Amino acid sequence: MNGPLRRLAGVVAILFASLLASTTWVQFVDADSLDKQPTNSRTLYKEFGRERGPLLVGNSTPIAQSVPVDDQYKFLRKYPGNQMYSHITGFYSVVYGPTGMERAAGDLLSGTSDQLFYRRIGDLLTGEEPKGASIELTIDPKVQSAAWKALGDRRGAVVALDPKTGAVLAMVSKPAFDPNQLAGHNRAEVAAARKKLLADPTRPLEDRAIASRLYPPGSVFKLVTAAAALSSGRYNPQSVLPGPAELDLPQTSVTLPNYSGGACGANDKITLTDALRISCNTAFGYLGLQLGPATIAEQAQKFGFGQKLRIPLDVTPSTFPADANAPSTAQAAIGQYNDRVTPMQVAMVAAGIANGGDVMRPNLIKAVRSAQDLKIIDEPQPERLSEAVSPEVANQLKGMMLEVVRNGTGTRAQIPGVEVAGKSGTAQQGAAGPPHAWFTAFAPANDPQVAVAVVIEDGGGLGDAASGGRLAAPVAQKVMRAVLDK
Amino acid sequence: MAVVTPITPRTGRNVEAVLLAVAVGLAMGAWALVGLAVDGKLPAGMLGYGGGFGLLVLCLHLVLRWRAPYADPTLLPMATAINGIGLVVIHRLDLAEGRSFSESLASRQIIWTALGIAAAILVVVLLRDHRVLSRYTYVAMVAGLTLLLLPLFPIIGKNINGARIWIGLGPLSFQPGEIAKIALAIFFAGYLVTARDSLSLVGRKFLFIQFPRGRDLGPILVAWAASLGVLVFERDLGTSLLFFGLFVALLYVATERTSWVVVGVALFIGGAFTAWTLFGHVQARVDAWLHPLDPDVYNRAFGSSQQLVQGLFGMASGGLLGTGLGEGRPDIVPYAESDFIVASIGEELGLTGLFALLILYGLIVERGMRTAIGVRDGFGKLLAGGLSFSMALQCFVVAGGVTRVIPLTGLTMPFLAYGGSSLLSNWMIIGLLLRISDSARRPPAEQPPAPPSSDDLTTSMPAAADDEPELDDAVPAPDPSDDETVVVQP
Repeated sequence: MNGPLRRLAGVVAILFASLLASTTWVQFVDADSLDKQPTNSRTLYKEFGRERGPLLVGNSTPIAQSVPVDDQYKFLRKYPGNQMYSHITGFYSVVYGPTGMERAAGDLLSGTSDQLFYRRIGDLLTGEEPKGASIELTIDPKVQSAAWKALGDRRGAVVALDPKTGAVLAMVSKPAFDPNQLAGHNRAEVAAARKKLLADPTRPLEDRAIASRLYPPGSVFKLVTAAAALSSGRYNPQSVLPGPAELDLPQTSVTLPNYSGGACGANDKITLTDALRISCNTAFGYLGLQLGPATIAEQAQKFGFGQKLRIPLDVTPSTFPADANAPSTAQAAIGQYNDRVTPMQVAMVAAGIANGGDVMRPNLIKAVRSAQDLKIIDEPQPERLSEAVSPEVANQLKGMMLEVVRNGTGTRAQIPGVEVAGKSGTAQQGAAGPPHAWFTAFAPANDPQVAVAVVIEDGGGLGDAASGGRLAAPVAQKVMRAVLDK
Repeated sequence: MAVVTPITPRTGRNVEAVLLAVAVGLAMGAWALVGLAVDGKLPAGMLGYGGGFGLLVLCLHLVLRWRAPYADPTLLPMATAINGIGLVVIHRLDLAEGRSFSESLASRQIIWTALGIAAAILVVVLLRDHRVLSRYTYVAMVAGLTLLLLPLFPIIGKNINGARIWIGLGPLSFQPGEIAKIALAIFFAGYLVTARDSLSLVGRKFLFIQFPRGRDLGPILVAWAASLGVLVFERDLGTSLLFFGLFVALLYVATERTSWVVVGVALFIGGAFTAWTLFGHVQARVDAWLHPLDPDVYNRAFGSSQQLVQGLFGMASGGLLGTGLGEGRPDIVPYAESDFIVASIGEELGLTGLFALLILYGLIVERGMRTAIGVRDGFGKLLAGGLSFSMALQCFVVAGGVTRVIPLTGLTMPFLAYGGSSLLSNWMIIGLLLRISDSARRPPAEQPPAPPSSDDLTTSMPAAADDEPELDDAVPAPDPSDDETVVVQP
């Protein structure tokens, strides 16, 4: 029987050899592709065990930081700013994964980014626990707090940019949420908190400043139409336009009325400057018909419409209907019809005009520092996104916007001793509810430090009496004052 | 003048003692690593548990010195090492799941380890000669089949994870199939050693292979039907494969006829294919095996591949060197401490650790095979070969299921996985192998006389019908290739 026993021992050897082969396949050959499977939650779990870098604002004030805890995840993510920075930081959930900057800059924060490669080798050699990089944000806590307070309990958003660099100085979306509730380690509590937030009809999880559902821009879009008109060379700020009480729209029996109901000027005539100052719908509807949808769309594109931006949070592209028919074009030229924008995009329009026509790429990251020696690893430089208009046209637009604040629809944005340029907007929603109130502005006009866009949803509690100049302009004013220290 | 001086064969007991110290030290080191990784300090009860574990195996070691001095010196240390690592991994999963001491699986596993080693001691002490077991061939058959069928009985039978291979006695669950494995190995060995002559008679020749006579097909058909019954009614592919594989292997060893293997494999493929076409649970297992990452298979409620896939993820995350004990997340995988303990080890100890483990298993099995070759009686050969092969087959079925060589089954890794029945039966197997190896390695001068009722045993000696008589069957002398016998020529 020894012959068969020896052969059986050979069979056993083959069985074990096949196991060695199969485990090699799983743990070595196929391991990378298994690691990348969408159902594989281990990559996330691995991250939780590391000390994640903090998100900092201003003079190194943390708005997201990891504190050691005595549980299996080792570190708990804390958000000392509570609700105020919730849409910027997002949250770092053991159940749902990261959102916001926690996601967009996740590689850097967790220390797995390729930018940190050489430092990681150092950690391997010294045996030190790998730590994530810390990220300083461009957000100015003073401005953020001013925007947060000025918006109050009203739903809406504020975006403030440095027009010269594209640095995001403030970004507020309301209602907000407390990220601490979602970053907890108790799965049931986190799930309950998230369920409650998802069920909330005011949609607190959505970032109204850059994502979420977009808004119709209303009259703040007239800046784009005016820019297209001036850039065409056919108009200047003194050009006289028809401004009747109602504009007959071609091919239809419908008319486009003015907000006030009356005519814009004597003899139904008005200059382009005055049309912007009092936000004359008929004059801009007329301009839209004269310029055509393609020209306006092209101008909108130069301001950043249609572009997917990463700041590094994803910004939803704003849209202008380039294929609108004639009556719709008149509507679209005054920011109605199918125009849809983010507050970020509106702030970029104001910032582009403030910066002599150059739109700077918006950016949230001021500096990335290594955890070990606090040396700067990455410091994004200001970058021009596009030249929206020529410096001359930018200057003309600035002059027109100054008039809006001096004695037009934007007087409530005035700051004593500072020249403020702005534009209001009141985006009608028809039967869907009271209008959205808009205001966008920059200051000081001769040396712009800040460009801001404010939107307050659904009339902000004032119903149909709401208007951009009345509701949103004071908010923009407070934000600009915070930047200028006035 | 040349003098041939036979040196007293080494018993290997001192080697065993040293290896045991290494095995216990390995387990204690692993235990310390878990403590350091999870709590940042050495575990409190480390010396107590380590000492207790060491004391247990030391008892078995001393019993071997007393009752089986020539037993294979590597079997006990290897089983000890695997058992110790298993305890550490189960303890580590207790920590991950936050189980308190009273509900911890490791504390129960320690009790079962003690019982298992006690059972091995009893086997070595009470069973002075393994050939005695051949007297109980048919008792073993009845016991084995009863144990195998127990889970099918109402009330005591329990259906866990779709497989009906458990019985519940009060709060305790038991897999009787594990013990049935030993009983059936005894039965197969006892039956085949007597029936081998008739079963090795050749019949018709087909495709260069001499096939057995039709009327000799009875036993293999019965074993086939029984294993198919296990597959269909207990829904357990692993147990079914284990028993039929064991029977066919022993049939081949006893008769030395390759044709039996051909018949056996053909029967198994036919049976498995029929079961696949007829039964949903078999199809589900096969689907999960072939397309585990398919979202439809992964997300379905019944027969999902989730456990398999999570196990693969765990192993993949371990890579070559593993995350380190206490540093990975093996607790994500359902049943990480029993069915999927191989994946837990792959994750935390890496491919390197898993290789070491598989090689330990391979060595245990090959030492068992060596024992089978070395022992002089046919019954001992078949029993040692059968027990070793069943362990190899079980390792293959479990680890192969986890790594997608074959469809997943409900068996557990010997010595390693959480489960009392498995520990108990595998320590008994070690006890039996130790006993048989003692007889295999004992010098002829010290061979005990055959047990009193050896009538049936003499018939098991090579008969005239054996067309290929073997030297070490016929001549009761040490195998010249036995590495423990040294001849010195000064």
